[in-house]
Amino acid sequence: MSSFSVTEPSKRSKWFAGTMVVIYALVTMVPLAWIMLTGFKSPADAISYPPKVVFEPTLEGYVNLFTTRTRQTPEFLEANPPQTWYEEIVREYDMVIAGPSKFGERFLNSVIIGFGSTFLSIFLGTLAAYAFSRFKIPFADDLLFFILSTRMMPPIAVAIPIFLMYRQLGLSDTHLGMILLYTGVNISLAVWLLKGFIDEIPLEYEEAALIDGYTRFQAFYKVVLPQAATGIASTAIFCLIFAWNEYAFAVLLTSGTAQTAPPFIPTIIGVGGLDWPAVAAGATIFLLPVMIFTILLRKHLLRGITFGAVRK
Amino acid sequence: MAEVILKNLSKSFGKDVGIEDVTMTIPDGAFVVLLGPTGAGKTTTLRLISGLEKPDQGEIWIGGRNVGTETPAQRDVAMVFQQYSLYPHLTVRDNLAFPLKSPILNTPPDEITRKVNEVAEVLQISHKLDNKATALSGGEMQRVSIGRALVREPSIYLMDEPLSSLDAKLRTDLRVELKRIQANLGATLLYVTHDQIEAMTMATHVGVLDHGKLVQFGTPREIYENPNSLYVASRLGLPRINIVPADLFGGAPAGARQIGMRPEHITQGEGLEAEVQRVEHLGDQNRLHLNLQGHAITTIADPATDYQPGAALKIKPKDPLCFDAQGQRIR
Repeated sequence: MSSFSVTEPSKRSKWFAGTMVVIYALVTMVPLAWIMLTGFKSPADAISYPPKVVFEPTLEGYVNLFTTRTRQTPEFLEANPPQTWYEEIVREYDMVIAGPSKFGERFLNSVIIGFGSTFLSIFLGTLAAYAFSRFKIPFADDLLFFILSTRMMPPIAVAIPIFLMYRQLGLSDTHLGMILLYTGVNISLAVWLLKGFIDEIPLEYEEAALIDGYTRFQAFYKVVLPQAATGIASTAIFCLIFAWNEYAFAVLLTSGTAQTAPPFIPTIIGVGGLDWPAVAAGATIFLLPVMIFTILLRKHLLRGITFGAVRK
Repeated sequence: MAEVILKNLSKSFGKDVGIEDVTMTIPDGAFVVLLGPTGAGKTTTLRLISGLEKPDQGEIWIGGRNVGTETPAQRDVAMVFQQYSLYPHLTVRDNLAFPLKSPILNTPPDEITRKVNEVAEVLQISHKLDNKATALSGGEMQRVSIGRALVREPSIYLMDEPLSSLDAKLRTDLRVELKRIQANLGATLLYVTHDQIEAMTMATHVGVLDHGKLVQFGTPREIYENPNSLYVASRLGLPRINIVPADLFGGAPAGARQIGMRPEHITQGEGLEAEVQRVEHLGDQNRLHLNLQGHAITTIADPATDYQPGAALKIKPKDPLCFDAQGQRIR
């Protein structure tokens, strides 16, 4: 392996690089910060002009997100004083809480479908990538190209055929249907990315494991998988982000039982006027799982591929 | 430990010949060294025995069983790769324990601890046991790699230039240690090297490969003193054997085209006159580089001699090896 000396960057270029990173971070984080702030505003503050950066925070948006409310007569309100802090918030508008909204269910659907399809994509993708990387497969290049070609058009271009097929198969508005659909879209990405990572892992490790008394499959999960962890983690994040954020298919194919959060959040707008704080609250909560997932896998993303244990 | 027999073994990679029609018996408890330049088929032979490659033709017998259909794990062989392929995600300790934990051996934990510590002691890596495999120097990695083979007691140890990236002192230490371990265990060992000292000191048998063919198999002394071709003669010996035309000194048998003289098989003070070009003082001996009618000759002299460049020295071969036009030995 060649060694090369790296000269320490000068103070000025370090300072310059640091400034650029901070500016970039600010530019990308302002919209996120704005959404999070809006979630804690009152509806009046949310639409005030000029926009308010300093305001009195309220949980109204979150209450509205998680509940359905009805207007009541003053007599009813008089007779039933609010029992909880969230009922008090609603009372300001002469309303009472009628029950929980669908947001919880829709969010849970997003979790099931997002993580389910990510797991399936990674599981199938890793096996396929390993096979493409290690075995002599007839027409391997053509097969890989075919797999990639499924991503050469926007997935929504096949929306109508899929809609019709799903209706025939009874997959419309089911968790299984959505998991299969997102897996189908993600698998080509997963196979290609993971094949690249597995190609990087020298064959010697598996050969050593075979001689050390392990079967091919044991060598795969004891030696190859741990070393592919970096690649699997980053691929999983890509897959999850796609499945989590997907909107068009979700609108088209789900309406009730399997509806995910993205098509649900905009419907809040229609209920009782433009309730921006509730939408922002929904978006904020919606961001959290991907954020947490990414933070958990951050270690693997940053670690990079191990070099040095095999002499080239 | 077991006897390993190769019968008419052939393997090619597309157009490239790996090995061709190799028949060889590695006796139980033998230390066999394979010699040959890069591409002669040494590594291919190891990989065929280990089961990492399937032969095109021929059979491999380990301990009396034909292992043709067995997986590497079933063959019960241990191998030290030329690329010391330590598992980078494991510590040194876990690397050494890895073969012992395999479903085939399934060694109890206290036995694993005992063996790992024992081998680490021998290879002088005890203090590094809890390091990550990637946090080692090249020499340390190679020792762990050897250790991963030595924790087991397989039918045969296969080693592909295991000492090549060690420094001189460690190489000498480990050479002695490996030979001692092999002798103590009565282990069967097939060893690939370029290093003549390793071959001469450790081997009970030496096999010489040329373009995939086994051209001679015998004890190290046989190979050195009685090579059956020019090719074999030039594989062993440092400085290399001197090759000159057969008629230079006269007296060669009919059909001889070239003669070979090892540096120590040259009588000084009689015969043809050569010019001393360069003298190397090695301490225990002086190495003389001579020019004999345009032929470069290397010989050795007593350390007390005081030849200077430009001096004249008469030399004559002592029991030269004679080779015909095809490079085959004439006896």
